[in-house]
Amino acid sequence: MTGKLRNLFKCIALASALVVSVSLAGDGGGRAADFRLDARGGKQLGLGELKGQVVMINFWATWCGPCRQEMPLLEQMHKKYKPMGFTLVGINVEEDSSGAEAWLQKTPVSFPILFDRENRVSKLYNVSGMPSSVLIDRKGNVRYLHRGYKAGDENTYLDHIRALVKEKA
Amino acid sequence: MSTSVGARRIAKIACLLAASTLLAACSSVEPWVKPYERDHLADPIMAFDRDPVSSAYLHHVFESREGARGAAGSAGGGCGCN
Amino acid sequence: MSRLRTLHDLAPVAFAALVALGGFAGVATAGVLPEDRADILYHRYDGGGVTIDGPSLLVRKKFLEKFSVSANYYVDMVSSASIDVVTTASPYKEQRDQYSLTFDTMRGKTTYSLGYTNSKENDYQADTAFFGLSHDLFGDLTTISMSFARGWDIVQQRDAITGGVDPDFREHVDRRTYSMGLSQVLTRNLVAGASFETITDEGFLNNPYRTVRYVDPTSAVGFSFEDEIYPRTRTSNAVSIRGRYFLPYRAAVHAEYRYYNDTWGILAHTGELGYTHPLGEKWIFDLKYRYYTQDAADFFSDLFPRAQAQNFLARDKELSTFVSHTAGFGATYEFPGGIPYMPRFVKKGTLNVRWDHIFFDYSDFRDIRVSGVAAGTEPLYSFQADVLQLFVSIWF
Repeated sequence: MTGKLRNLFKCIALASALVVSVSLAGDGGGRAADFRLDARGGKQLGLGELKGQVVMINFWATWCGPCRQEMPLLEQMHKKYKPMGFTLVGINVEEDSSGAEAWLQKTPVSFPILFDRENRVSKLYNVSGMPSSVLIDRKGNVRYLHRGYKAGDENTYLDHIRALVKEKA
Repeated sequence: MSTSVGARRIAKIACLLAASTLLAACSSVEPWVKPYERDHLADPIMAFDRDPVSSAYLHHVFESREGARGAAGSAGGGCGCN
Repeated sequence: MSRLRTLHDLAPVAFAALVALGGFAGVATAGVLPEDRADILYHRYDGGGVTIDGPSLLVRKKFLEKFSVSANYYVDMVSSASIDVVTTASPYKEQRDQYSLTFDTMRGKTTYSLGYTNSKENDYQADTAFFGLSHDLFGDLTTISMSFARGWDIVQQRDAITGGVDPDFREHVDRRTYSMGLSQVLTRNLVAGASFETITDEGFLNNPYRTVRYVDPTSAVGFSFEDEIYPRTRTSNAVSIRGRYFLPYRAAVHAEYRYYNDTWGILAHTGELGYTHPLGEKWIFDLKYRYYTQDAADFFSDLFPRAQAQNFLARDKELSTFVSHTAGFGATYEFPGGIPYMPRFVKKGTLNVRWDHIFFDYSDFRDIRVSGVAAGTEPLYSFQADVLQLFVSIWF
C-alpha cells in the first residue's frame, strides 16, 4: 500500500512540476484603443485627449490588496515625471464607485481617476490580472503591459517610463 | 491491510486528475470570471477560513473526540491578484 | 490501583493542527501571501466532566516581501473527571504545550510551505514536519495544492504512585499524511473546493492507561477490566467537498461534506452548513450547524464476552458508534486603526466571540457509572459540551 501511495505521489508531483513550469503568456503592442469614461470630479476624460504624452493606465479596485499597495508609488511616479510629459490614469473597475471615492478621500492622488463601472474598457484592454498597468507612448501605441504588482515592480515601471519619456511625439 | 482496493481506486482517479490538469494547462483556457469581477470573491466573508487561529482550534476539538481525521481545509478563492 | 489518564488522544492531534495551521486550511488564497496579523485566543471546552482551557497565540508576518512566517504557541490545561477517568481512575490535571513554526514563499503562481510543530506533555511528545505547495491556474480560478507531513511521537507512561515517568516504558508512533486539494472559482459568487487526505500511523497507537471490560461472573459488578490492545497500524482516507456562495445582499452561505474510512473499520460522514451575515461595516455574525456520524471500529466493544476475547480490544468511546450535532454562533466586531491606546502600526483589528454547543449520542457505549444493573444493560452514554472562544486579532 505504501508503495502504491508513493507511486501516486510521484505521479502527482511530476504533473505538478510540469504544470508549474507552464506560464501564461502576456502581450502588448498595437494601437491603444480609444475610450471615454466618467472622471472623478464630475467631468469625463478620453484617451485621445492625452495624445503626445506618455500615458500609464492603471486598472485597480479597492478590494485588491496589491492595487492599494502600489497607489502611493504611482502617485510619486506621476508627480516626478509629469513635467516631462507623462501622466498616470487610474481606472477603477468597480460597479459601485462609492467605495473608491471613500478610499481616495483617505489616500488622495493627484492623477485622474476614471470609473469603468460596466467594465467596458477592462474588456477592451483584455485586463487579465489585478492590478494591470498599460504603458502607452506619445504616438498612442501600447508598448508595455504589467500584470499584477509585487514590491520592487516599481523599478521596472520607472525604467519603462524613462525610456518612453525620452522618445519624441 | 485491506485499504488496497479503495486506495488504488482513489490513486487512479487522482492520477487522471493530475494528468488532465497537466494537459489542460497546456491549452489556453480563458477565465470566465475576469480579474476585475472578483470583488465578491475578495470579500473577507467569502474566505473559507477567515480566522485560522479559531478554525485550527475547533478542528482540534473535533479530531480529538472523533474517529475521523483529515480533509478539512481549502486553499484558493480570494482576490486572485498577481 | 488507580491509574491516571492523559492527553494521549489529544497529543497526536498536534499533527493535524499543524497541517491545519500551515496554509492548507484556507490560509492561502489565490495570488497573494497571507496578510500580516496577530491573534490572541482564549479557548475553553466544558463537557462530559472535562474542562480544558488555555491560550493560543498566532503571529504571521511577511519578510522581504517574499516570505511569510507564522508562529503559534498553544496550551491545553486539562482538568479531567470524564466518564473514562472516573470509572477506571481518579480525576487529574495536566498541561500540554504546543509550538509551531511555518514558512511560506511565493514564486510566480506557486506557494511553497514548510512547517514544524512540537507538542509536549509529561508523558507524550509529538514532533511533526510538513512540506506543501499550492499553484494557481486558469487565470487564478483554480488552485491545486499538495502536502506531505511526517510525525514522530514518543509515548511514555506515568507511574501512578510516584507520579514520575516510568523509565522502562517508551514507545513510538510514526505518522505520515498525504494531502491533495483543489479549489475552483465557479462564478463571480461561488467558490468550491475538494480535498483528499490519507494518513498512516504505525507504532503504539493505543493509550497505555485505557482499559476494556469483559463479562466476569466472579466480579461483584459482573464485569472486570483488562488493557486495551490496538493494531500497530492504521491507514485512513478522507474525501471532502465544500462550497461557498455570495448572496446578493452581502452575506455568504457555505456547505461541506466529508467521507471517511479507515483500516480499523471506522466509517464516518460529516456535514456542515453555515451562514455568515455582516451588519454594516463593523459587524459580522456566523451561524453554523455540523452533523457527524460514525460506525464503530471492528475491534470495539463496550463489553467483551470474556477476557482476551479477540486479538484487538477497544472500548474507547472515540471508536464507538455515535452521532454528534453541533450548533455554533460567532460574532466579530471590527475596529479601525488609530483609536486611543492602539499602537500606530495597527491597521485594523477585530474582537471575536464564538460559542459552539455539541451533543454526543453513543449507540454502543454505555454509562457504567450507573450501578445496580446487569452488565451490558446500563444506559447508553450521551453528553453535551460547550466550546467557547474569545479572541482579538490585529492586522499590521
